[in-house]
Amino acid sequence: MASHSVGKFVPESSPESIKSRAAIWRTFWVMFGITVIEFAIAFAKGPFHLNHLMVVTVFISLTILKAFYIIADFMHLKHEVKMLIISLSLPIIFIIWFIIAMLYEGNAILMVR
Amino acid sequence: MAQAVALEEKRLWKGGMEPLKASYGKLMMWFFLLSDTFTFSALLITYGLMRFAHHAAPEAARVLVDGHEKFIFSNEYWPVPEHVFTHFPFTHAHLPLVFVGLMTFILIMSSVTMVLAVEAGHRLDKLAVQKWMLWTILGGIAFVSCQAWEWSIFIAGSHDGLTLANGSKIFGASLIQNEYGPAAFADLFFFITGFHGTHVLSGVILNIVIFFNVANGLYEKRGSYEMIEKVGLYWHFVDLVWVFVFTFFYLV
Repeated sequence: MASHSVGKFVPESSPESIKSRAAIWRTFWVMFGITVIEFAIAFAKGPFHLNHLMVVTVFISLTILKAFYIIADFMHLKHEVKMLIISLSLPIIFIIWFIIAMLYEGNAILMVR
Repeated sequence: MAQAVALEEKRLWKGGMEPLKASYGKLMMWFFLLSDTFTFSALLITYGLMRFAHHAAPEAARVLVDGHEKFIFSNEYWPVPEHVFTHFPFTHAHLPLVFVGLMTFILIMSSVTMVLAVEAGHRLDKLAVQKWMLWTILGGIAFVSCQAWEWSIFIAGSHDGLTLANGSKIFGASLIQNEYGPAAFADLFFFITGFHGTHVLSGVILNIVIFFNVANGLYEKRGSYEMIEKVGLYWHFVDLVWVFVFTFFYLV
């Protein structure tokens, strides 16, 4: 990033800083909005008898969306080299496998109890 | 000019290259966080396994008392978390999940102040870095305090407790038994939120150390505030884990 090699003080009032801070706050409001939606669903699911599977799917999707914003924007991963992004996201395959295997296993434990 | 050359050389690793265009410290932080992802995943997946290995709460567990839905706890089935975490400081009102919502807000907020500190670091604005680091530390301390309160309420339990079939009573929670559900429920609560809380605590300590370094002008002398980015990565990761804990432990 260009700002790394500046090497000298840049005031808060500079247009570059104003722009990047506006982007930070935009991400914050997006994440805040997602959390508010999650809460609205959590409170609405009882009175409105929402389908459980649907609610869980929405919760998990919103969580992954929030995770994406944290990793891409706050942790700056989307500005890193492509190879770094790949080497950090590829191992997640193992976690997905782990989830499927263990939930299946948990169900099997319940069956033999 | 000489300073710029020195900075340029510092960027390179000992082999005279900069793999993945990232500094050594930052890359190692990323891979540490990846390994930590596996640890937290294992904990949360264990929660999923245990939950699937126990019966879900039956419809009969939800009864209406004076127009309020009341949940009957039992060691026979997994509790619904929104009926367990219903307390808020300084009030006896029934407020499911509101306190965890506040904790989530605090942590997201402290993540934002952390990025603002990183942004200030890019501009070599020492005072702004100090200001935002302090806010981040404050947010971290607030979060850990909230968690301490949450634990004490969870451990103390309710007035009535849980009456077992043989007439004996259980109050609150320990690692052996609890009044909310199967023993594994409280065990996983302690382990998952405890492990996360330990991460927050060490993050706060790291942030305090780095704050003093900033105040003493160490990074100003180096001409780079990269250290803020490195602790920033760790701090955002803690926030990231909480997003998942929040969903899988409290929401679903």
